Amino acid sequence: MKAIQLKNIALVSVVVLLGMGGCKPKNAASAVDAGAAAKAYVAPGKYDEFYNFVSGGFSGQMSVYGLPSGRLLRVIPVFSVDPEKGWGYSEETKPMLNTSHGFVPWDDLHHTELSQTNGEIDGRWIFANGNNTPRIARVDLSTFRTNEIIEIPNSAGNHSSPFITENTEYVVAGTRFSVPPDNVNGDVPINTYKKNFKGTISFVSVDKTSGNMKIAFQLLCPGVNFDLSHAGKGPSHDWMFFSCYNSEQANTLLEVNASQKDKDFILAVNWKKAEEYLAQGKAKKQSVKYAHNVYDEKTHSATSTIETEVQVLDVKDFPDIAYFIPCPKSPHGCDVDPTGEYIVGSGKLAALIPVFSYTKLQAAIAAKDFIGNFGGIPVVKYESALYGEVKKPGLGPLHTEFDGKGNAYTSFFVSSEIVKWNIKDLKVLDRVPTYYSIGHLCIPGGDSRKPNAKYVIAYNKITKDRYLPTGPELAQSAQLFDISGDKMQLILDFPTIGEPHYAQAVSADLIKTKSVKIFKIEDNFNPYVSKGEGQTKVVRTGNRVDVNMTAIRSHLAPDNIEGIKIGDEVYFHITNLEQDWDVPHGFAIKGSVNAELLIMPGETQTLKWVPDRVGMFPMYCTDFCSALHQEMSGYVRVSPAGSNTKLLFSTGKNLPAADSTGTK
Amino acid sequence: MKQIIKLLSVIIVSAMVSCNTAPETKSDSTTETAAPAGGQENVSDDVSQKDVAKVAVSSKDHTTLVAALKQAELVTALSNAGPFTVFAPTNAAFDKLPAGTVEGLMKDDKKENLQNILQYHVTLSALDATSFTEGQVLGMVNGDNVTVNIKDGKVMLNNSATIVASIKASNGIVHVIDGVLLPPAKK
Repeated sequence: MKAIQLKNIALVSVVVLLGMGGCKPKNAASAVDAGAAAKAYVAPGKYDEFYNFVSGGFSGQMSVYGLPSGRLLRVIPVFSVDPEKGWGYSEETKPMLNTSHGFVPWDDLHHTELSQTNGEIDGRWIFANGNNTPRIARVDLSTFRTNEIIEIPNSAGNHSSPFITENTEYVVAGTRFSVPPDNVNGDVPINTYKKNFKGTISFVSVDKTSGNMKIAFQLLCPGVNFDLSHAGKGPSHDWMFFSCYNSEQANTLLEVNASQKDKDFILAVNWKKAEEYLAQGKAKKQSVKYAHNVYDEKTHSATSTIETEVQVLDVKDFPDIAYFIPCPKSPHGCDVDPTGEYIVGSGKLAALIPVFSYTKLQAAIAAKDFIGNFGGIPVVKYESALYGEVKKPGLGPLHTEFDGKGNAYTSFFVSSEIVKWNIKDLKVLDRVPTYYSIGHLCIPGGDSRKPNAKYVIAYNKITKDRYLPTGPELAQSAQLFDISGDKMQLILDFPTIGEPHYAQAVSADLIKTKSVKIFKIEDNFNPYVSKGEGQTKVVRTGNRVDVNMTAIRSHLAPDNIEGIKIGDEVYFHITNLEQDWDVPHGFAIKGSVNAELLIMPGETQTLKWVPDRVGMFPMYCTDFCSALHQEMSGYVRVSPAGSNTKLLFSTGKNLPAADSTGTK
Repeated sequence: MKQIIKLLSVIIVSAMVSCNTAPETKSDSTTETAAPAGGQENVSDDVSQKDVAKVAVSSKDHTTLVAALKQAELVTALSNAGPFTVFAPTNAAFDKLPAGTVEGLMKDDKKENLQNILQYHVTLSALDATSFTEGQVLGMVNGDNVTVNIKDGKVMLNNSATIVASIKASNGIVHVIDGVLLPPAKK
């Protein structure tokens, strides 16, 4: 009996425990089901299906991940220096970070946008915005390198950027912080915001072949905060939509003072109309100063040009360029569905999501169905442009992406979730929590005409207990959800660099075959190239010494240099003679107050070195290149200023002859 | 022995029941406002300052509010980054409502009404007591507005509730109020 009793009790306990287990809140661990691992698994040696280009936020860089594995493939330096790659440290790349303020080593990269043709991702370039010192960058997707950066004048906080029109005709830049324009005196009391501050939107044209950017025109708008934007598509092709908050025009404690009105705006811009006025010569030429930096793959070097003029259209003088659509409560995301008919505004303090109709907007404009104007821009009646509202979708809607099957996916910061809803009937279909506090989200092609809706990726601001703790600062993260079925399914968390804001993803097939493997040495037009060891040399011009050096497995040529003196500025121009994929060489020298160089096969890069003391300075290859990588090194002898040490250089023999003890 | 088994059965049954009220209803709760699963409230952290949800949980005068927040699935949201200003009616404030009101709102089929009322007690931005001004209009999370009045140095909301204490939280601030704010009737 006793045995039976115990057995029964044990059995009951098991049942109780199981019952308890089932009651655990469906959080972290239990939100992932068994099939998830297989869905995110990419076998060793196999490629991922998608590239995911993720903004690095305050890192200033862009990162590239493979999906669905979440493997980090590359960090592309864009707006911030990267000593690892010599970005901003080599003489060839320094001009890329030049601005009208001089060399700026950092920025805050918020959004990435892939180039499109006919509203579909074409895999050529990806654009990124510099939020702090207003700039737009273009990264070439054959080299995964930043090839161009253009500064935006009359702007202060390039947040509403770098969104593009359907054929990449333009990449736009709306200022987050309105300021007095560059050509007027900005030394005014801050509380004169309403009078003196203006918001500009720049349309930067993109050359179809080269990708080169040019500020085509700027729209001068009333002082508000432009936040995000997206282009029309198909029927709405000629239009661009910008969300804006702070229509209160507050200049202090925006947390409170920019949240006063029930509605702010989405600005609908007819850029074709603006083009017409521009062609008619109606824009005003304004004197400004901004840097335009271009990297040339032939010379392997960048040039920075200071431009001095922009053409400005004051929107209030052209009543059919732009219209304000009222949008509830500080709209953040401004997203256009794949058909181009529906414009979704996400008021971050709103309890609903308004969906505007392009057709209704056009009818309202034609009928002049306006409720007034704001800063000279007509304000369309809310109801007249409204298709409908998603009621009580969640708390704190931020951004929306589309699956091309009639559904929208919106991120909710405050309630920390993604909500899937149907665009036509505005009904909520599914919701999943994110861990924690999602900002942007991304569906491959999710802002284009042709989404490839296998996944939605959440980019979260807070990770707290999601990963092993690393002190007060934790990795921010992405979360991958399978959306191939009716319900979203969490399959993977992966940490990201910096702070991920917007990201885009694209089928790897569109990009991987175009990837450059080497730069052909015969096409290298860098003025300091050495196309073979026979061309290497060391040339003194006053106190400037140019060292034209080569690197090949496994030696530098020359690897013995004498006759450098205190007071000299030494430029090491290293050409990587390799013509083999994935064999960069690195270069560094002791005590250099600079970074390393990382030189791709066939490329020339230059490190400036100003020796600070007399002595012997080793230099070496920093990228493990071969079995004799450790041997890939050399010495530079530094003599006192005014000494008569002869300028000598050699590889494989001693100059001066062996056992020489010095010059004195 | 019989009694032991009986006791255990009760535990089992209650465990089952609580299962039914929690995760089992999730599948059809997808069209409701709050996230269906746990979030930051489950992070174990006894060092950081308490968030607004934890401030409420730790107050013995707010057990009704906390039960309501749980029923309305708002604990996760209030554990997130915010920033929130929460007007937290005391138990006594809820007791002032007509008898049966709270019990009615706690029913599953009234969850939306409960969410609407509780979200009418939260605004996004951390407003300390000194930042309120006469006539100020606050846009609340549910989409409706609350009007501030200052009377005899006290902050009143909608002329129906007074702030009696304020507690700073990690993700905002909790103002204890002596009345429940009722959102305007839906048009």
